[in-house]
Amino acid sequence: MELYKLTVHEAHELLTKKQITSVELTRSVLERIAQVDPTIRAYITVTPDLALEQAQRVDEKLAKGERVSPLAGIPIAVKDNICTKGVRTTCASRILENFVPPYDATVARQLRALDAVIVGKTNLDEFAMGSSTENSAFFPTRNPRDVERVPGGSSGGSAAAVAADIAIAALGSDTGGSVRLPASFCGVVGLKPTYGRVSRYGLVAFASSLDQIGPLTKDIADCALVMNGIAGYDRMDSTSLPEPVPDYTKALVPDVRGLRVGVPREYFVAGIEPGVEKAVRGAIDRLVALGAQVGETSMPHTKYALAAYYIIAPAEASTNLARYDGIKYGFSTRDATDMLDGYFKTRQQGFGPEVKRRIMLGTYALSAGYYDAYYLKAEKVRTLIKHDFDEAFQKFDVLVAPTAPTVAFKIGERMANPMAMYLTDIFTLTANPAGVPALALPCGQVEGLPVGLQIFGKPLGEETLLRVGYALEQAH
Amino acid sequence: MIGLEVHAQLLTESKMFCRCSAQYADAPPNSVVCPVDLGLPGALPVINRKAVEYTIMTALALNCAIPDFSRFDRKNYFYPDLPKNYQISQYDLPLSHDGHLTIELDGQPRRIGVRRVHLEEDTAKLLHRTDAAGRPYSLVDFNRSGTPLMEIVSEPDIRTPEEARLYLVKLRNILRWIGVSTGNMEEGSFRCDANVSIRPKGAEELGAKVEVKNMNSFRAVYRALEYEIARQTEVLNKGGRIEQETRGWTEERGVTVSQRSKEHAHDYRYFPEPDLPPLVIGREWVKEIEDTLPELPDAKRDRLMAQFGLSLYEANLLTGSKGIAEFFEKTMALNPNARAVANWMVGELFRLLNASGIEIEQSRVTPGHLAELLRLIDQGTISASIGKTVLEEAFGTGQQPGQIVQERGLSQISGVDELGNIVDQILAANPQAIADYKAGKAPALGFLVGQVMKATRGKANPGVVNQILKEKLEN
Repeated sequence: MELYKLTVHEAHELLTKKQITSVELTRSVLERIAQVDPTIRAYITVTPDLALEQAQRVDEKLAKGERVSPLAGIPIAVKDNICTKGVRTTCASRILENFVPPYDATVARQLRALDAVIVGKTNLDEFAMGSSTENSAFFPTRNPRDVERVPGGSSGGSAAAVAADIAIAALGSDTGGSVRLPASFCGVVGLKPTYGRVSRYGLVAFASSLDQIGPLTKDIADCALVMNGIAGYDRMDSTSLPEPVPDYTKALVPDVRGLRVGVPREYFVAGIEPGVEKAVRGAIDRLVALGAQVGETSMPHTKYALAAYYIIAPAEASTNLARYDGIKYGFSTRDATDMLDGYFKTRQQGFGPEVKRRIMLGTYALSAGYYDAYYLKAEKVRTLIKHDFDEAFQKFDVLVAPTAPTVAFKIGERMANPMAMYLTDIFTLTANPAGVPALALPCGQVEGLPVGLQIFGKPLGEETLLRVGYALEQAH
Repeated sequence: MIGLEVHAQLLTESKMFCRCSAQYADAPPNSVVCPVDLGLPGALPVINRKAVEYTIMTALALNCAIPDFSRFDRKNYFYPDLPKNYQISQYDLPLSHDGHLTIELDGQPRRIGVRRVHLEEDTAKLLHRTDAAGRPYSLVDFNRSGTPLMEIVSEPDIRTPEEARLYLVKLRNILRWIGVSTGNMEEGSFRCDANVSIRPKGAEELGAKVEVKNMNSFRAVYRALEYEIARQTEVLNKGGRIEQETRGWTEERGVTVSQRSKEHAHDYRYFPEPDLPPLVIGREWVKEIEDTLPELPDAKRDRLMAQFGLSLYEANLLTGSKGIAEFFEKTMALNPNARAVANWMVGELFRLLNASGIEIEQSRVTPGHLAELLRLIDQGTISASIGKTVLEEAFGTGQQPGQIVQERGLSQISGVDELGNIVDQILAANPQAIADYKAGKAPALGFLVGQVMKATRGKANPGVVNQILKEKLEN
């Protein structure tokens, strides 16, 4: 049996029925990594010894007949911007190439507490800035559906790992679509939870008010299981939400009868690939067929989202990334003449071009005399975007849209044109400033390449998203 | 015009945004640290509630308004003592604003505005060294990084170095009084920067603002301000212009030196700290904090004057610190002779404290000691002058006054028989004085009293001696 193909829930069942062991499962995934990853390059770091030790411990628990969590013994990949104690966490940046955190991110701690098997750390656009994983300082990741194409980004390593069956599930982070876009390009399920639903403690910050960790999985049920493991209040993260966490697997009911589904017209605009629109419209038709009430709606401020996003995210990034100065940890230049020169050279040599671009954008936006015109204005737009969602959710339970205007593009195609690259995120980046949850799931193909449907939910409306996703998945 | 910015470290148990201890004084370098105060990737701040409470307490003691809504902001600048290269501070929505503090100048009250009291995190400490080859290098100790720091900004209401000194003395007294800071300037838990600008008599426009830093004692503040005012005056007198800049006080040379000109001023790019939700300050919470405030120095001073008839001078001295005020009130509880308690504290006890350079809290003399001493004087067991000796003894040894009097045989001799014998001896030895007295020379009596006191080493009751002498001389 090709164990690496299993989903979380399938593997859990076989583990608890003692039909397989976690060591077997983990070995299967590790062997598959050895076989496939030289091509895909989803991982920056693989930790086979740690993974097998952990698998061994789970097998001992299972042998003793202990009850284990649904994630116990399951090989999971973690995006390399999430701190893992004792395991290098690079953010795909030269500046953190040799950084080994002395502490676990809250989600890593949660995974360990649930006996999950962390198999390695996945590639990303440097500091999660990008839409193709080509901005990794080390190497680009390839899309398992077509290795000439990008996997999307920034959580391209995690999405590709799940799609290539070299992780059973993975964690990514989403600041403007970084979980959903690669999920869409690689044909897997990706959820950006409500802002504050999953702790950010230990997630290396890109844009603090937008960042959110989310699962990338093979199906909706796995998404629910991973969310059960990582969601919840964390007193180490002052922006995490105190509301109790539901059992997300309870939402796995294939019933959308009477559910009010809004279709915002601003997400079906010129520039969208016809095949993508067709696949998304097809999914909407299936929802109608399943008994949902579908109606068109408008979110008039959507067109300002990209501009506002590229003020707010770089502004926050410019100060979040100030700490990489070569003094305390990470890369430090060897040829500095004095302190200031040390700062300059460390950062010149340590950061890649996209990171520098955003630091400059953000620094400019926060500078004296420009703050009101840029940052403050962008924050006002954020309020309007939030308001758009509030209004739409007066009438609808969920909103559906494409995840991206196109399917996965070719490696190198958009690298010379940052604006074209930024437009890749045009449909995903509204959810982050609004703080609402959004789910991406496969809804068809264009010439063999997956198309992702995106479903936006009300704040803390993850259960509804999972229910809609599950209904579509079951009807497929 | 002078405005002062004071940074005071708060006496909280833990740091501003993490659970590390804020008491790192004796810890080895970089031992009281965690991912948060080291600014490790991914670490997030959590607000220390006690620090907010202490800041509100201070703000209330300084008559500030406490808004319903406050916020932390990031102040961005690169420096090796700042692990994140931004400081979490407050910008346009501080925890408090628009208060005042009243100082006393030549017995007249003078109100100094307090623009704001806000909260931020302290930086790490840099240690500058030189290697064997004579090359300079620096080490960073992050123990101090992230400890709570309160900033108290005055309005530019201060006019002279003396006013600045009085403001700082008063402010420090209040911080210590309410228990939020040690106020220790030498240890760096109470730091002061000054903004100085001058205006020639009759001129409309105020000169550019010069910030003076690096003053490590009240005396340094006084001297630096004196120097800076003179320097700016001289520049203007020579037809020059005052440039907006930052200058550092150099204690050894007694001058301020330019550190940073306006062109090189930082753009701190303040913006709301996205890792921390805004603070919503409930009125009940403010009320609760207000209820924990003790009677403040000014209120106590006024009450001591009204209740015990103390002079302004005495009341000011007796509320000069919380320890002094407590000493006074505890003594009063044991011996409610306000006049005597005040006199002895302001006079003898303060003299002893000053001479030994210690605070009243460290003194071995307790309110119990002073109350007992005053009772011994009151009862006539000892004279006031012996009292001084006894107090000095108690100050040195911590012995009870009664015990000192007994052990050293200092009880006053009041017995008419005993004193009569001594008087007879003195009279026999001083016929000239008797003749003088009889010839109407009054000072002769004083001389004779003195001789008796001398013979008894001060223990004779001078009143009784006087009476016996008069009787014997006139018969």
